[in-house]
Amino acid sequence: MSVVQPINSAARRVPAWTIYIVGAIYAVRQFWLALNQIGPYLVEPINVLERAYGEAGLIMMVTVLLVTPLRKWTGLNMLKFRRAIGVTAFFFILAHFLVFAILDVQSLERVWTEVVKRPYVTVGMTSFLMLIPLAVTSNNLSMRKMGAAAWRKMHKLTYPAAILGGLHYLWLVKGFQLEPIIYLLAILGLVAVRYVTLERKRQMA
Amino acid sequence: MAYRWTNTLTRADITPKDAYLNRRQILAGTIGLGAIGLAGTASAQGDLKPNTLEEITSYNNYYEFGTGKGDPAANAHQLVTSPWSIKVDGMVDNPGEYALGDLLAGLSVEDRVYRLRCVEAWSMVVPWNGIELADILNKVGVQSRAKYVAFETVVQPENMIGVQRRVLDFPYVEGLRLDEAMHPLTIMATGIYDDPLYNQNGAPIRLVVPWKYGFKSIKSVSRITLTDREPPISWNVANPREYGFYSNVNPNVDHPRWSQATERRIGGGLFASRQDTLMFNGYEREVASLYDGMDLAEFF
Repeated sequence: MSVVQPINSAARRVPAWTIYIVGAIYAVRQFWLALNQIGPYLVEPINVLERAYGEAGLIMMVTVLLVTPLRKWTGLNMLKFRRAIGVTAFFFILAHFLVFAILDVQSLERVWTEVVKRPYVTVGMTSFLMLIPLAVTSNNLSMRKMGAAAWRKMHKLTYPAAILGGLHYLWLVKGFQLEPIIYLLAILGLVAVRYVTLERKRQMA
Repeated sequence: MAYRWTNTLTRADITPKDAYLNRRQILAGTIGLGAIGLAGTASAQGDLKPNTLEEITSYNNYYEFGTGKGDPAANAHQLVTSPWSIKVDGMVDNPGEYALGDLLAGLSVEDRVYRLRCVEAWSMVVPWNGIELADILNKVGVQSRAKYVAFETVVQPENMIGVQRRVLDFPYVEGLRLDEAMHPLTIMATGIYDDPLYNQNGAPIRLVVPWKYGFKSIKSVSRITLTDREPPISWNVANPREYGFYSNVNPNVDHPRWSQATERRIGGGLFASRQDTLMFNGYEREVASLYDGMDLAEFF
């Protein structure tokens, strides 16, 4: 606790919108690097940008799933950032989709073909569609209008969306690669932890 | 040069060294709108301008050095390419462990500007220097029973990060039917832009089969075997549903996970448009007869 407390009190002084600012700076910087073909964007900026946004989205999804277990096990309280982290994840995945549709595949017809024909695209698109209602209702007004129970129930969509996102990454790489496996295992582990906790709560009720 | 086969491109089409070294600086000044304009006019048949040396040497698939496109350029310096020998065995008259220089002695080096089409749906144009594989095979003497040629990439586990991570079942192996191997388009490349091959491009010697997906053009070859049965090839072993023995470039037969109908030429920047992929990567006239009567969807 002694390590966590100063972090918690420092975090209290940091406004949640900092997450949006940092996310936006990162996204714009990657786009600028890609436009000017700098560093990793030197030769093939389109695929690298597509992947950078997708990976950032996946990292934010893992982070959002980490908030509750971290609080429970270490006392680290990042709850006030959770909405901002989740919405930022959505924006990265939206950017990932836009790069895929506009810069990579380059036609709506081909986007549709890809979604229908390629299972890893179908899975990724399903994940993205699940995130849309979550992003739209990530505000106090929606919470009030929907009521806490319904809102919470709907936002459990986060779990299948995260799993499909991890599966999408694993499915698209060639050969045996460690990174997507690590992401998917992390997501599955975190969802399993949530599932066990929720089950236990339900049994106690 | 032997002049058994010539493409419509000549030395005059090769961008001079000082020009390609400067091209990035020029491009840096014309980003954005300029790139869109150029990309719009690109077509598969025309615009066979070779990619810059920088592009060719910094965007590679060479899984022995990692799976990222920049990994080979970052890690391949560890590859030991000298001394280099190639083991030639199987159904040949003169088998043995040949020092590279001995194997190539007396054979002519050709300039070949070829399209390179990756199975991942991107492409480049590379000005290779190399020796026709047929010359090498004739030198070692192919026996009449032989029907296939098998190739193997060197394995230097301590120098190859990807080998340690077992991304594929190494050594990387590839193979061609004998008539494909003897085709005048098929070369063993030893250089690009008249420079010796960079390690990330498969130094000191690699196969180039321009009408097949790039992974068929095996890098850093250390063994050539003549055989009478179809040899295993690495990507087919890893995923038989997705990668076939022939792997000819074919816009009509999709990879199960992505379309092969179009491709993106490397070097067009963030707004590069896709272009149609050509049958046999544009070498249909030269090689289609090799596959007469074959169902190319079945033998993909």
